[in-house]
Amino acid sequence: MGDRPGMAEATKVLELSDIHAGYGDTDILHGINMHVCENEVVVVIGPNGAGKSTAVKAILGLLNIRKGDVLLNQQVITGTPPEKVINQRVSYVPQTHNVFVSLTVQENLEMGAWTVPEGMSDRIERMYEMFPDLAAKRRQAAGSLSGGQRQMVAMAKALMVDPEVLLLDEPTAGLSPLYRSAIFAAVQSIKDNGVPVLMVEQNAKQALGVADRGYVLVDGGNRHTGTGHELREDPEVARMFLGARD
Amino acid sequence: MWDAFGFEFINFYLIPGLVLGCIYALGAIGITLTFGILRFANFAHGEVMMSSAYLTYTFMALAASFGLSLVPLVAAIPAAVLTIAIALLIDHFFYRPFRKSETIIIVMASFGMMLMVRALVPVIWGPNQITFVRGITPMKPYLDGMLLVQDKQWLIVIGTVVVMTLFSLLMNFTRIGKAMRAVSDSPDLARVTGINVETVIRATWIIGGFCAAVAGVFLAMNTQQLSVTMGFRMLLPMFAAAILGGIGRPVGAIVGGMVIGLAEELIAYPWQAAVMQLVWWFSEVINASGMTDWAKAVHKQMRGTPLLSPGYKAGVAFGIMVIMLIVRPAGLFKGRVF
Repeated sequence: MGDRPGMAEATKVLELSDIHAGYGDTDILHGINMHVCENEVVVVIGPNGAGKSTAVKAILGLLNIRKGDVLLNQQVITGTPPEKVINQRVSYVPQTHNVFVSLTVQENLEMGAWTVPEGMSDRIERMYEMFPDLAAKRRQAAGSLSGGQRQMVAMAKALMVDPEVLLLDEPTAGLSPLYRSAIFAAVQSIKDNGVPVLMVEQNAKQALGVADRGYVLVDGGNRHTGTGHELREDPEVARMFLGARD
Repeated sequence: MWDAFGFEFINFYLIPGLVLGCIYALGAIGITLTFGILRFANFAHGEVMMSSAYLTYTFMALAASFGLSLVPLVAAIPAAVLTIAIALLIDHFFYRPFRKSETIIIVMASFGMMLMVRALVPVIWGPNQITFVRGITPMKPYLDGMLLVQDKQWLIVIGTVVVMTLFSLLMNFTRIGKAMRAVSDSPDLARVTGINVETVIRATWIIGGFCAAVAGVFLAMNTQQLSVTMGFRMLLPMFAAAILGGIGRPVGAIVGGMVIGLAEELIAYPWQAAVMQLVWWFSEVINASGMTDWAKAVHKQMRGTPLLSPGYKAGVAFGIMVIMLIVRPAGLFKGRVF
């Protein structure tokens, strides 16, 4: 797969190469390959239990990788403890419990900037520009916000470090269609601001709409790979995830 | 008569209750912080309070041997520093190795720590009670001699208000305070946010240790003596206060501490006699002389009898804790439920 000189290939920010990993003794991932390049939104879809969230957790060092490597900017970070991965500005938004509920919106953003406190207030203002809904609620406890707004707080909080890559675990799970669209629009604008995004999603059709590329995982292995458009048009993917009539 | 009646209640029940409440509240802050951030019930917290009282006494005695006379509050400064150091050392050597273990293991470690400190104190200072401050502190009259307050009572109440104000400013307006609240909310999220949880834990011991140090000195000033069981006797009311307010909620610990302290003192007030006095006055107003005589007699009979003997003080805290756990386990301020 090596980088061939002269080929117009974008720089890989994050790469998983032949990852075998799992909890305890059982492997959930059996040789996963994926990568995220600069200025890219990459979506990971697949049925329940396919190992989508596990793949994200493997990047963060939250579980044991038995074989294979994780590379951040071409540097191997396999086996690095989560704190160190996060210090290298890999931001992660968990699927649930992703905001500090008793802290205000503003305080959540401040906590997001814990590892890089310099110039924090400017970045907070930028976040309010990006998520105008939050600006009016900056003094409210994050726990009092709606699910969609919480998700925005979680994303803004993760963006406070100007991350190398943003990892989102099912950001639209359980949200109303209106908020779902808002979240996907936010993902698009995050990418436009130069932050690559790796997103695990259940709402495959909409997610592939904003994705530059996508991976379909089944049973802990790669099943399909392609651009967002290609995957949306692929008959098997359509049958599996997008509903037959589409 | 009304004045004497009312002020007796204030002077001998309400003010001592407030003072006791302040001491409980300061102690309960440490317990609720440890519970919220490290997620375990720290049984050794009372002993940390006791250490600070004994250390303060030692610094006062040391100064006296050089011919200097230190007031407890000044001697408490080096004692508080040492107490915080002790709290940090205990964490480093006894709790930190169990950070990733199950909660019950670290709770047992703290239980062992409690026994160790309590055994160490008589080794150093001897097993007998020590007089902390000699003599009877006079009750100073205010409002034409109706309100009687001791200087130490002023000091404890005002001192507590100052410490709590600083504490709340720290928790709400400083980076480390906000991080402490964040870790208390969700340690996992704090970790993936990049918050250095060990730094937060150290801050917790420093702040909790400081409050415990102040509480220990206030307790010694209030009772004027030091004993090996003084910390242990604080443990139940402090836990009751933390649970009443809601585990992991410092504001709850403060309110809970005041409620428990007041309840413990106020149950010893002759409430039946107070009710009879009201009946007596009421019967005089409506000119029912038979009723007046009866009420007078019963009131006289009941005047000296407390509603509940002060011997049941500890039972009051326990009772409140049990009722709260049954009726509203999350506490007044919606704390964590385990």
